[in-house]
Amino acid sequence: MISIDQISKNFGALPALDQISLALNAGKSYALIGPNGSGKTTLIKGILGLVIPTSGHIYFDGKSINRDWKYREKIGYMPQIGRYPENMRIGQLIDMMKNIRQDKPKIDEDLIDAFKLYKIYDKRIHALSGGTRQKVSASLAFMFHAPVLILDEPTAGLDPVSVELLKEKIIHEKRMGKLLIITSHILSDLDEIATEMVYMFEGKIQYNNSIEALKSETNETKLNKAIATLIRQRELLASITD
Amino acid sequence: MKRSVFFIGLVLISLAARATTIPVGARETIKHIKEAIQRAEAGDTLLIRSGIYREGNIILEKQLVILGENFPVLDGENQYEIFTIHAQGVVIQGLTFKDTGIASISDLAAIKILESKKVRILGNRFENTFFGIYLANSSNIWIENNQLQSQAESEHQIGNGIHLWKCDHITINNNRIRGHRDGIYFEFVTNSLITNNYSEGNMRYGLHFMFSHNDEYRNNAFTNNGAGVAVMYTKGVTMVNNTFQHNWGSSSYGLLLKDIRDSFVTDNTFIENSVGIFMEGSSRNEIKSNSFYQNGYALKLQASCDDNVITRNNFQQNTFDLVTNGSLVLNKIDGNYWDRYEGYDLNRDQVGDVPYRPISMYGTIVERMPQAILLWRSFLVFLLDRAERAIPVLTPENLMDQVPAMQPYDFY
Amino acid sequence: MNRIIKYVFYDILRTRFILFYTVFLLICTFAFFQLDNDFGKVVLSLMNVVLMAVPLVSVVFTTIHFFNSYEFIELMLAQPINRRSIFLSEYLAVASSLCLAYVVGIGFPFLLYGAWQPIYTLLITGVFLTLVFVSLAFFSSVLTRDKAKAIGIALLFWFYFSLIYDGILLWVVYTFSDYPLEKLTLALIAFNPVDLARIIMLLQLDISALMGYTGAFYKNFFGSNLGLIFSISLLMLWVLWPLLFAMRIFSRKDL
Repeated sequence: MISIDQISKNFGALPALDQISLALNAGKSYALIGPNGSGKTTLIKGILGLVIPTSGHIYFDGKSINRDWKYREKIGYMPQIGRYPENMRIGQLIDMMKNIRQDKPKIDEDLIDAFKLYKIYDKRIHALSGGTRQKVSASLAFMFHAPVLILDEPTAGLDPVSVELLKEKIIHEKRMGKLLIITSHILSDLDEIATEMVYMFEGKIQYNNSIEALKSETNETKLNKAIATLIRQRELLASITD
Repeated sequence: MKRSVFFIGLVLISLAARATTIPVGARETIKHIKEAIQRAEAGDTLLIRSGIYREGNIILEKQLVILGENFPVLDGENQYEIFTIHAQGVVIQGLTFKDTGIASISDLAAIKILESKKVRILGNRFENTFFGIYLANSSNIWIENNQLQSQAESEHQIGNGIHLWKCDHITINNNRIRGHRDGIYFEFVTNSLITNNYSEGNMRYGLHFMFSHNDEYRNNAFTNNGAGVAVMYTKGVTMVNNTFQHNWGSSSYGLLLKDIRDSFVTDNTFIENSVGIFMEGSSRNEIKSNSFYQNGYALKLQASCDDNVITRNNFQQNTFDLVTNGSLVLNKIDGNYWDRYEGYDLNRDQVGDVPYRPISMYGTIVERMPQAILLWRSFLVFLLDRAERAIPVLTPENLMDQVPAMQPYDFY
Repeated sequence: MNRIIKYVFYDILRTRFILFYTVFLLICTFAFFQLDNDFGKVVLSLMNVVLMAVPLVSVVFTTIHFFNSYEFIELMLAQPINRRSIFLSEYLAVASSLCLAYVVGIGFPFLLYGAWQPIYTLLITGVFLTLVFVSLAFFSSVLTRDKAKAIGIALLFWFYFSLIYDGILLWVVYTFSDYPLEKLTLALIAFNPVDLARIIMLLQLDISALMGYTGAFYKNFFGSNLGLIFSISLLMLWVLWPLLFAMRIFSRKDL
């Protein structure tokens, strides 16, 4: 559904993405992991068209996204840090988003109900805690039945109950056959959600395979253990080749 | 007084004569003006029927009244001077003069009056004449209600509208003059009166005035002339209630005063002139109760002027109120209204409590570099002027109005 | 696009800055009317305000607004909306609210005093100046991510066109005053929107200022219909080029 072809991105002299190629297919859910600054968010922003790659192409449904914007109606995006007009009230924000996406008559308000956001519709954005912001972001991302969901650190800052609610929703959407791209540092969360794993390091994709394959390769049953083993193997390999 | 003497004189003359009226025209027995003049005797009236008369130069040396009926046309065929008068008590009324010859050596005119007295030129029309009315060595002449119009293209191809040389006791009233070199020209003319005339669109000056003492001009309007009005080398001129408007150009001014002494410039209006009054080498004049409105420079006062009094004038919306080229202050500038004045009047006596410096630094810069006018009303100029007013560097420190008026004077 | 403009408008109105600006202009205009009964002079005093304050307010307000709407812009960018529409919506909303404030603030007192005639030029040039400096401010805003830096660049534009440029012009005139400079200065004027606006206003409102031959030359040029069309198109160009450059940068900008 999304295919990434040899994209690079430099911020100044600093390479954030280095010749990345990746195919993301409908019905699968990808866990995008890697240490801080490995280029995960840049990659996501690249898919969304927020960051323009220095070279390479990204195709959505076979069409290059360069100078295209219409494809974004098929993406629900939950940013790492939800930034919204600070003076707006939550209700106004949600209304505005509905208004701007008038082409979507069917609105998915499951998360708004689940998080009981309607109770705090009058609160202004600048008065919100980080967790509540995440709830707003999550609600907005799922609102328009988008076939692709990109979730950047969806569970960070959420209380355990809300994390469970969100996970349920994500699993539900996954079952509906949507393409999911999730980044998270909390690997145990990903265990239940993701089917594929993309491991990024210093702007490069180090590993890209299904989680099943990863677990059998490393002889681990838990995803976090499996990744730790993977990283150690890689480091060992690097020291030998040096 | 002059007027009544004139009239009594005329009455006496007409009583003495056996006044006959001789009609002239295509259907009359006498078909030509020249012939009629030859046959007429002093005191007769020639009644010119309407029509076109091409008779070349007509010389008139008899005391005759020449009256036009429905403005008969005397055509100079671009070749001749039309009337040359050398007589007393002549009246020319109701004629149209057109197309005189053009000659740069002899000043061809529609009516030339030489060494004559008590002549009256009334209600005639002049179209495309080289000189309109030309007077030399004459006195007690009355020129009234005439219309003079020419299409001047360059100064050399056109003469003056009303031209006077060495005359005395002349009245020029209610004439309209346009398109000549100078509208009215005075040289060595004394004790004369110029009133209610309208001089517009002349190549050079609306009024050109030299060596003409003790004259007065009132209620005239001088509009859109090449270089405005020039009054030069004269003493004892009174200029009252005239309007100088839109005399526009690099060397143009509403009124040029050059070497003028003991004269009065009062109750005049100066609107939209490049320079309202340009004063050079002039002394002991009084410039009072004039309105300067929307001129480039309201007043250019050269350092060669002294002992002039400039008082009770209104200076409004001029680009620059006053500019001078020296640092000495020899003239008295007091009690004027300056619309740029920002002082206060604590004791409410209608007089500003702090003096006003009417000279702006930028005015001085533009005087030297005319192109700099492009920056007028820019922030830069505003700052420069403010700085200069606080600490005068370029402008004379002592030139100021000590008692500026708080309100504009009401002259009407 | 209309929907986005609506939300930007809503955001602008809530800060009340536009209201203050309108009131400030109203107070200025009424104050000038109180000080002077001469409409001509009121217009000329306002001209100074227009030339100074309008560009300044436009650049400062626009840059601050742009950076305050960063979240909104980010949010919109992740939606299926063209970047150009987002940018143009921002521009149109900011420019039209500033223009509206200006027209009401200056125009209303004149309407009240029944002096509608003399202020056409003032209104039109003021609106143009607003548009030009909003464009320039957007341009400086997309050049950098740093709000302070962007305001700095925008203020530099203002300072340059209001003061420095004229200083250079005066220097040129002074240095080359022995040469015929009319055409050169005419060309130089075209490179400064503030000077252009000022000259247009001078020719309509303060004709006495441009006296003499030099003045007549400029008057013949700018005063003719051709000159008016020329100067209006130049002002248009001054609205368009920073806007188009800004839009170009914005549509390739990383957020």
